[in-house]
Amino acid sequence: MEEMSDLIAKNSLFAGLPDSTIELAVGCAQNVAFEPGARILVEGEPADTLYLLRRGRVALQVQRPSGKPLVIETIGPNSVLGWSWLVPPYRWQFDGVAIDPVGAVAIDGTCLRAKADADPVFGYALLKRISGVLLSRLQSTRVRLLDLYGHSLDD
Amino acid sequence: MTEAALTKPGPFVPSRYRVVDRKTETFDITTLWLEPVDPPIDAFKAGQFNMLTAFGVGEIAISISSAPGAPGAIEHTVRDVGAVSHALSQSAVGDIVGVRGPFGTDWGLESLDGVDVVVVVGGVGLAPLRGAMRYLAEHKSPKRAVALRVGARLPDQIVFPDEIARWGEMGIDVAVTVDVADAGWTGNVGVVTQILAELPFDGAGAIALVCGPEIMMRFSARSLVDLGVAPENIRVSLERNMQCGIAMCGHCQLGPYLLCRDGPVVPYAPLAAELITESER
Repeated sequence: MEEMSDLIAKNSLFAGLPDSTIELAVGCAQNVAFEPGARILVEGEPADTLYLLRRGRVALQVQRPSGKPLVIETIGPNSVLGWSWLVPPYRWQFDGVAIDPVGAVAIDGTCLRAKADADPVFGYALLKRISGVLLSRLQSTRVRLLDLYGHSLDD
Repeated sequence: MTEAALTKPGPFVPSRYRVVDRKTETFDITTLWLEPVDPPIDAFKAGQFNMLTAFGVGEIAISISSAPGAPGAIEHTVRDVGAVSHALSQSAVGDIVGVRGPFGTDWGLESLDGVDVVVVVGGVGLAPLRGAMRYLAEHKSPKRAVALRVGARLPDQIVFPDEIARWGEMGIDVAVTVDVADAGWTGNVGVVTQILAELPFDGAGAIALVCGPEIMMRFSARSLVDLGVAPENIRVSLERNMQCGIAMCGHCQLGPYLLCRDGPVVPYAPLAAELITESER
């Protein structure tokens, strides 16, 4: 059985960070599993967890008035799910629904924030990594705003 | 001068082809199967294009979407974006269209032996690569892994979905993503560069074939370079205003290229990486 520190170190968010940094996150982490269809994040509910996905995919979706949800992004293995624990008001902005059987490391957001506040070296290292992931997500979102395959821009 | 030379039609005279079948692929994309009425055009290579005439309306460049050397009718997949493409899209079985060609450069299938290949397509960009994909699927080699990455706006705008699934069953590493979807869609949602990140082989030494809207090709090429693919090993398909097809009129000039002759398939490096941002003249 793999140690929690190994599971965390394998995720792209923590890969390559010093053992001492990983160990700080270990104290806030636990293994979790979800069946397909499980709502891991619920829009409007308190956001308190960072999920490091080990297997399976999660659909980020938003409820429409028609009742049929719209999927805006899928998050896959080795990626990170859930950022709303990072800044106030600490509420999920979208639903996160398991598409496949999902295995993840769940890191308590309040615990992680407290450790980052108490240890600025850890906090800075963590935020640099988080910023990289967020920038990548922002760029992907901007590219999708271009509606690349539609009629409007390339004709 | 021989009689044959005197009677051979000039380069601007289309051969008449009959529409023998048609299929609506998506709401704005149609595939036409064409068989010759006049003497047929020369054999084509994957990636080349023909000039198709909708008589009485006009002529446009359309990529050939069937595989070279395949028996039967030649396939062209048309996106309905203007007067001529609309007329072609509306062609019924039995209608006659004009065909000139084949023109331009190809994907260079003969250079893909023994190297890993990643094919990246967006929207109708799979049409010019369909012949190459059929070749790669049917000519499997233990020395070559093939990955196909497909991006589309919506699930029902994925072109050739059944064939994509079949390629997956034939051993091609296939991943498809859409920009947005209903919750019933269990595939990926996100930009095509996101599904590029997990290739089943090392990018170094691989050859990439990329076709789609030019912005998508730009972002895809940069992501491929980040994955280790050499820029000179990335081939992109560029289109401009192809008119004569024989590099005489200059309408399709892009930098030093006359794309109807020197393209549509060009290496990303050194020139296309810069030219790909230039607008049509």
